[in-house]
Amino acid sequence: MATFSTNDFRSGLKVMLEGDPCSILDNEFVKPGKGQAFNRVKLRNLKTGRVWERTFKSGESLEGADVMDRTMEYLYSDGEFWHFMEPDTYEQYQADAAAVGDASQWLKEQDPCEVTLYNGAPLSVAPQNFVELEITQTDPGLKGDTASGGTKPATLSTGAVIKVPLFLSEGEVVRVDTRTGEYQGRASK
Amino acid sequence: MLATIRGFFSQRDVLEVETPLLCSAGVTDPSIEPFSVRKGQSVARARFLQTSPEYCMKRLLCAYPYPIYQITHAFRDGEVGARHNPEFTLLEWYRPGFDHHQLMDEVAELVQVCLGQRVVKQHRYRELFDAVLGVDPMRASAQQLQSLAHEHVDVSSMSGDKDVWLDLLMSHVIEPYLNDDHLHFVYDYPASQAALAQVTCRDGVWVAQRFELYVQGVELANGYLELADAQEQRDRFTADLALRSARDLPQHPPDEHLLQALQAGLPPCSGVALGLDRLLMVALGVTDVRDVLSFAWESS
Repeated sequence: MATFSTNDFRSGLKVMLEGDPCSILDNEFVKPGKGQAFNRVKLRNLKTGRVWERTFKSGESLEGADVMDRTMEYLYSDGEFWHFMEPDTYEQYQADAAAVGDASQWLKEQDPCEVTLYNGAPLSVAPQNFVELEITQTDPGLKGDTASGGTKPATLSTGAVIKVPLFLSEGEVVRVDTRTGEYQGRASK
Repeated sequence: MLATIRGFFSQRDVLEVETPLLCSAGVTDPSIEPFSVRKGQSVARARFLQTSPEYCMKRLLCAYPYPIYQITHAFRDGEVGARHNPEFTLLEWYRPGFDHHQLMDEVAELVQVCLGQRVVKQHRYRELFDAVLGVDPMRASAQQLQSLAHEHVDVSSMSGDKDVWLDLLMSHVIEPYLNDDHLHFVYDYPASQAALAQVTCRDGVWVAQRFELYVQGVELANGYLELADAQEQRDRFTADLALRSARDLPQHPPDEHLLQALQAGLPPCSGVALGLDRLLMVALGVTDVRDVLSFAWESS
């Protein structure tokens, strides 16, 4: 792998820090008029999700990380692993619970999602920003109540529980923002 | 703002001058890198875009001991960020007969003409470190400063000499502390950070007669009681070049024109350089230098 100097640090660059792959979020050049220049760098540890703020002397370098983002199709879960496929090559990857994390509650079979590969194995999985899922369980809908603004909990086909308006009932498909877990509207079937 | 500044100096009989930007000598300071121009019919040896007009203005002072100022572009390679553009605008002026305290007062007056009335505070470098960090920067060892730096900043395995740790603490801990509207002058820097300032002994330690101005956490100006001794200047150039060689940095031959002029005699004077892009940032309340440049580095 190539090494990158602080001058090359751009948002999105993947580097190794203390043995973990990290993605650079921000790189701020700090220099007193006379004296040593520094780079104050924000990085996200791609394994733990933790954000680091670390200062380097300008010109120091880090090794690049073998990290790639791929759009893949979610196939199924066997209980222990989640399975994904590259649509172009049909190559399949299995990801464990640590890699899938909270994304599991938004994964619907055959949906595309973003899989981050580290040294060729899934490191993390991100669902699409918006997914459409069926309501599998909720209290009976209050027909016509589209104005009161009240909400109730609803369980979706993937197991996620979100708040939906009172008028919705089981079997309906809703659109959800996976970044916030918020209901966006009814999906046209 | 430029008209205001020119009016300020015109009232005070300070002469506006211009000096060349593309010169035969580059800066020796190991922490500043000049751009060099190597091709062209008139370029027999590499020429350097000036990182500040200091050398040329001092040569003028040696010939004409008269108060002078200049508004010019300066160039520093590798400095790009929210507060840095590789090409930037400097206001630099020299006052024969002033010491650096008199010059600090004049800087405060000029800056207040541009920014409006502000409270002016002066801090000794040593007292500032004591107040903010509880450490004596003059007597602390590199080791002590390193562990202090580790307490405040995530630096992992960074290594360096004492000045690296002082610079780190200054830029990461103390600068943010000088974050209010006041004009904060910091003076009496460690002698190891004298650059082109005279050093003197104060309370048993050697200090550089140098000052910096911070406003809203932004470093605006750097001034010196100017070093006039040609031999000492030559020694500092040589020390800079030794450091450059140790750090594997390009070697730039010392400016013999400047050394010759100093030999002839620089009048006792103080000088200061003030970043006008940053002054405009503070005046407009913006935090990114790109917001005050007509065309920033990426689009120039």
